[in-house]
Amino acid sequence: MSNYGLLIIIIVYLAILFYIAFIAEKNSKSKWVNNPYVYTLSLAVYCSAWTYYGSVGMAANSGVGFLPIYLGPAIAIPLWIVLLRKIIRISKQHKISSIADFISLRYGNSRFLGALITILCFTAMVPYISLQLKAVAETFGIMANEPNKFGISIFDDSTFYIALILAIFATFFGTQATDASEKHKGIVATVAFESILKLTFFLIIGAYVTYYLFDGTEDIYEQISNTANFENLSKLPDLESGFNWFFIMMLSFTAIFLLPRQFQVAVIENSREKHLKKAIWLFPLYLFLFNIFVIFIAWAGKLTFDETVNAEYYTLLLPLNSDNTFLALLVFLGGFSAVISMVVVSTLALSKMISNNLIIPYGFLDKFVKAKPEQNASYIKNIRRISIFTIIILAYVFYINFSIELSLYSIGLISFVIIAQLAPSFFIGLFWNRGSSLASITGIIVGLILSTYTLILPFTIEAFTGSSDFTDFGLFGIAILKPYGLFGIDFLSPPAHAFFWSILVNTFCYVVISLAFRGHYRERNYAEMFVDSKNFSSLQDSALVWKGEAYVADIKNVLIKLLGEARSQHALNLFFKKYDLPSDTQMADARLINFSEKLLTGSIGSASAKILIAGVVKEQEISLPEVLKILEESKDAISSNKVLREKSAELTDLTSQLKHANEELITKDKQKDEFLDTIAHELKTPITGIRAASELLIDEDDDMSTDTRQTFLKNIMGDSDRLSRLINDILDFEKLSTGRQQLNLKKRNIQRTFKKAIGNIQHIAASKEIKIVNNNSFNFELPYDEDRILQVLTNLLSNSIKFCEQKKGVIILDYKLGNNCVEIYVKDNGRGIPDEDINYIFDKFYQSENQNTIKPQGSGLGLAISKQIIEKHKGKIWVEKGTKVGSTFGFKLPFS
Amino acid sequence: MKKILIVDDEPNIVMTLEYAFKKQDFEVFIARDGSEALHILQNNVPDVVLLDIMMPNVDGYQTLEHIKKSELLKNTKVVFLTAKNKVSDIEKGLKLGADRYLTKPFSVKKIVSEILGLLS
Repeated sequence: MSNYGLLIIIIVYLAILFYIAFIAEKNSKSKWVNNPYVYTLSLAVYCSAWTYYGSVGMAANSGVGFLPIYLGPAIAIPLWIVLLRKIIRISKQHKISSIADFISLRYGNSRFLGALITILCFTAMVPYISLQLKAVAETFGIMANEPNKFGISIFDDSTFYIALILAIFATFFGTQATDASEKHKGIVATVAFESILKLTFFLIIGAYVTYYLFDGTEDIYEQISNTANFENLSKLPDLESGFNWFFIMMLSFTAIFLLPRQFQVAVIENSREKHLKKAIWLFPLYLFLFNIFVIFIAWAGKLTFDETVNAEYYTLLLPLNSDNTFLALLVFLGGFSAVISMVVVSTLALSKMISNNLIIPYGFLDKFVKAKPEQNASYIKNIRRISIFTIIILAYVFYINFSIELSLYSIGLISFVIIAQLAPSFFIGLFWNRGSSLASITGIIVGLILSTYTLILPFTIEAFTGSSDFTDFGLFGIAILKPYGLFGIDFLSPPAHAFFWSILVNTFCYVVISLAFRGHYRERNYAEMFVDSKNFSSLQDSALVWKGEAYVADIKNVLIKLLGEARSQHALNLFFKKYDLPSDTQMADARLINFSEKLLTGSIGSASAKILIAGVVKEQEISLPEVLKILEESKDAISSNKVLREKSAELTDLTSQLKHANEELITKDKQKDEFLDTIAHELKTPITGIRAASELLIDEDDDMSTDTRQTFLKNIMGDSDRLSRLINDILDFEKLSTGRQQLNLKKRNIQRTFKKAIGNIQHIAASKEIKIVNNNSFNFELPYDEDRILQVLTNLLSNSIKFCEQKKGVIILDYKLGNNCVEIYVKDNGRGIPDEDINYIFDKFYQSENQNTIKPQGSGLGLAISKQIIEKHKGKIWVEKGTKVGSTFGFKLPFS
Repeated sequence: MKKILIVDDEPNIVMTLEYAFKKQDFEVFIARDGSEALHILQNNVPDVVLLDIMMPNVDGYQTLEHIKKSELLKNTKVVFLTAKNKVSDIEKGLKLGADRYLTKPFSVKKIVSEILGLLS
């Protein structure tokens, strides 16, 4: 296939990708872009050219050794999902845009740490991207049937142009928005699309090789088992290579979290947390499918070609060997897809880190403060564009210089080992609040030095000097310093060995320094937010402890510089609304500081945001214990909030009950006052009569007639009787109503009690010639206090007598059995009771207006006392309404 | 001859007052409550009304109001004679326009001299 033909195919293919990205960006809210499948497929950016070509090479040379790279992530998946949930939450809350942001924010928003991580990622990614270039270049060479040329002018090198095209593609889509925490739906969609392509094409070639070129898996196995060194290829690892397996698995396990491109797609581009649920099984399935045919393609290649052919490209060479150019082209495009997605996402992630964590915080901030907002946006974009180009160019340089000696597989592992240096700071920092920034920096630097010594230095020295003395005899010829066998551990493969030592020392430094030195209070503040993210996410902006002086106007100025007038004002309005603050608030509080830092973090990274804000505010040092105390209080406040709400509801309830009780008390109090007033009045009346009459009688000068004297004396006697009755009634009523009066309950015959009652009242009735009738002769016994019931009956009967007309009055006393009770009636043909009185007639001292002409003889307590007595018997007393003649009083007594 | 209207619902009390004022040559009218009093006042203009407060139907206060409204009775003195002896009650009574406020139990002599003093 011709050179140009291939280039045209590449360009057409890229145009398709552009189109997909464009459409997806335009419909960024659509279901087609936001679903768990796209999310999972975008995670498959993990499978780069390294997977596509490198695995086969690895399988051909060292058997099943390629597997741990995929077993690591597959095993990690359950844990990965759990951790990712936490990481995604934290990242969204803090508008984090890269792994450098994430880790440096955890350690108190340390500018240096952010820069260090950026440099580390950069160091790791350049060889990794160069690996991709190498793959494209070499497969391009195979397809175009021209050997790779080195030493020629780069302008004649097709790889250079491919690199350039990749750079343009990445730049175009990676730098659309200045807010780096914004999502890149277009890129994610193309990555997902490419993930489908690369898997499909790989499965096609796998099936083609296995079932078309050979007679299925058994055929290949049989043939390969007859070859000489088959033992080495298929045997399961012994103990020593078991360690290798273990460390490589660990390595890939950390990589799936820490690779900038994985962080980008898994965390930053995650639109919904629930997408993780699909990814938990779908992503391992993807990896499994990708690896099904690897070993068979490798064996098939081994059976077809001799040792001189690069096993990494068996997937291309096998179809070409049987003149199937179309299939080879598909494979090439699959590999190219793997490369593009990896390069685009990686450079996107890296360029953000370089701009936000390295360039802007170290030098560009002054410029931002002076410039106009529109200029700032384009500054940021330009920095990112230049970064992307620089990365790709550097990767190209690396490729020119080193990639001849190194296989795809080993370059990939170098990147993994470097990236893995972030693991202690990242993982331990998520769960241990003591981990400090100094410890993280030290751990990373030491780990980086060690991995350089044990992995990068050997091949670099070899590449430049051509001598392998360093590798063979160690530094200065000291054997225990041999880079591939440090301190005698020489049974591990170089990457596993480097990983083992660097991570061991890195972790050790991290833990020891964290324990030995206390961090800055800001560090601890963020540490608490990360470690206890669940609690702090509800605290939101209040989670940042901050003390000092700041003006809203100053902060607003900074925001305007980077976000523009409209966006800043809008954001501030939202803030004021959220916290219910007046829009003309002058002094900024911790929440506004935190809010503004987060706003800026999206554009220029957390380190720069902190520096910019710190420039316009006067912050006070707070002691670490104070920070912890404040945080603890805020956390408690949140958790006790729920309890408080419940308590508050209870309190409201209690309050209303109290209010009710209080109202009742007031009414009772008023009633008591009225009662006392009335008693006083009632007592005074007879006393007044006695007093006045006595005074008249005692006057010796007066020639009072005997009749008058007699009248006054009689009045005095009457008033005295009235007084004593009244006192008795009051005492009675008081005893009954306070419950001090106990009933003397005994089984009594109701008829006998009737007779006694009539007997008591008979002389009064007789004097008015009023008849009292009791026709019921039925004897019945039930328990009651006879004296008390007699009191009630006497009261009712005397009331009736009072209101009956002389001579004509008839009073009927009767009873009947009711439901579990006896109902007793006192019926008369007297004046009756007006309807308006019926409701009050049992109230104390209520005296019917109807009786005004004749002052009633009673105390006004008779019916009230009767009611008390009946209620004490658990019975009921009433007067019937609507009787045409006279009145009917009734009461009932229960049987038990 | 001076005229007095005694308004009280307690016959025993009324009896003593009636006796005492008759001895002082008063013409004595008697009412058992406010409405009766007002009825009597339609045809008679006494010099003084001795008025109880707590009475059924029309009470002392209402009776006083009626008297105050009447042009005919503008020279009639009104004296409350009641068991209500709280300071607030007394203030209320005087505020409504009573000329004196006397409390029960009372000395008959004192009542008589108070009324005579008021009328002289």
